[in-house]
Amino acid sequence: MTKPEGELTWRDLEIGSIVTEAGNASQYQTGDWRSERPIFDNNKCIKCGLCYIFCPEGCIGQNAEGYFDADLFYCKGCGICARECWPKAISMVPEEE
Amino acid sequence: MAKRVGIEVSLAIAEAAKLARADVVAAYPITPQTHIVEHLAKLVADGEMDTQYIPVESEHSAMSACLGASAAGARTFTATAGQGLELMHEVMYVASSMQLPVVMTVVNRALSAPLSVWGDHSDVMAVRDTGWIQIFAENGQETVDNVLCAFRIGEDRRVLLPVMIHLDGFYLSHVIEPVLFPEQSQVDKFIPPYQHPMPLHPDRPVTMGAFGPPIIYAETKKAQEVNLEASKEVILQCWDEFGKTFKRYYSPVESYHSEKAKVLLLTMGSFGETAMTAIDKMRGEGREVGLIRLRLWRPFPFKEIRQAVKNAEALIVLDRALSFGGPGGPVCSEIKAALYGEDKKPKVIGFVGGLGGRDITPAGFEEIINRGIEISQKGSENEFEIFGVRE
Repeated sequence: MTKPEGELTWRDLEIGSIVTEAGNASQYQTGDWRSERPIFDNNKCIKCGLCYIFCPEGCIGQNAEGYFDADLFYCKGCGICARECWPKAISMVPEEE
Repeated sequence: MAKRVGIEVSLAIAEAAKLARADVVAAYPITPQTHIVEHLAKLVADGEMDTQYIPVESEHSAMSACLGASAAGARTFTATAGQGLELMHEVMYVASSMQLPVVMTVVNRALSAPLSVWGDHSDVMAVRDTGWIQIFAENGQETVDNVLCAFRIGEDRRVLLPVMIHLDGFYLSHVIEPVLFPEQSQVDKFIPPYQHPMPLHPDRPVTMGAFGPPIIYAETKKAQEVNLEASKEVILQCWDEFGKTFKRYYSPVESYHSEKAKVLLLTMGSFGETAMTAIDKMRGEGREVGLIRLRLWRPFPFKEIRQAVKNAEALIVLDRALSFGGPGGPVCSEIKAALYGEDKKPKVIGFVGGLGGRDITPAGFEEIINRGIEISQKGSENEFEIFGVRE
């Protein structure tokens, strides 16, 4: 797609709204569904990777130091990472804070 | 040279699909459509038709298989009726919004309950808003001609929309009629090969029917609406070209003795022929009555309808379906909507009749017209009546 979705007019659409570009689901910002976001406390983190394994969105990644963080463009704020993190290194905070 | 054949209309429809060289047929039999798919199956089994015939387990699957075939670039045909059409319902929206030009004959049948295999327009009216082009046929010849036109219209690059041809169950589907069949070479010339511009193909992958979040859905619907509206021009061009080639002419709205008539009756489908007999008789008695036959149902021919009825004092609309708890018949309510903003317009009187295969004879049409005039004079046209119902 040449334009972001929010700028496309009805005239810009392909026949039958066909999508011609592969993999453009990555442009879809699911992050704006979120009401709470995960905060990672690296002092408690033991780098076990459970948050990474359980994240249904696949948006948690590991940085060079081995700690984890969520890509907030995609994170829907489901809180599964915080629930599964047994050292309690992840807490969910409301978006407005 | 065209061949004139005495043939059951259902069989003639199958022959028309053969003439159009349909690549794929996916259909499920249901009365009164059965003879169409039976004959298609026979033509394919006998090797007379080079077509992939897909027997499916339901109409929902029939339409789904048609979508896949059409999306892969195959010329696709199917047929159904009544309950079968209702079972297809949700998939029909997908065909139109994905712009897949499936052609389907709908042998109009009443809906259960009570169970009725007989004809009326309840099935059609329930799929009114599915975004298909919809044409009503009055006789066997019209059905065959419009099946051929449907492929050309639907597959046109400027259109790419599915098309339904409606014909009345039993009244048309099971009648034996002389039908003129064009030569194969003429049909080949009239319907160019189907080429979807972006079909499903491994060499050029595309996604059809993708997720449409709120940020884009309204735009897709606006595009669909503009496209269906614009298809009218192509339909008119096709009928014009058909007339030049085959000497049979079609228009969205047909007028019969309507020019100076004070009172007009409006019908759709096969009832037009019986109504004409009634009009002839009444005109012979000096009555100023005429008939309007609505052929193109979607896109709705606003301009032609307004033009056809503007000089009449009363317009009596006969619906063969009931919008329960609503304004009566769906056709009548659309005609009223089309005329509402006009300065010069007739009073519109609605009747619902011919439900579930109940016949309306020429004398019946006369009665409808006389009763309609009475209602218009009393000024009680906001009510509708069910014609012939026993009180």
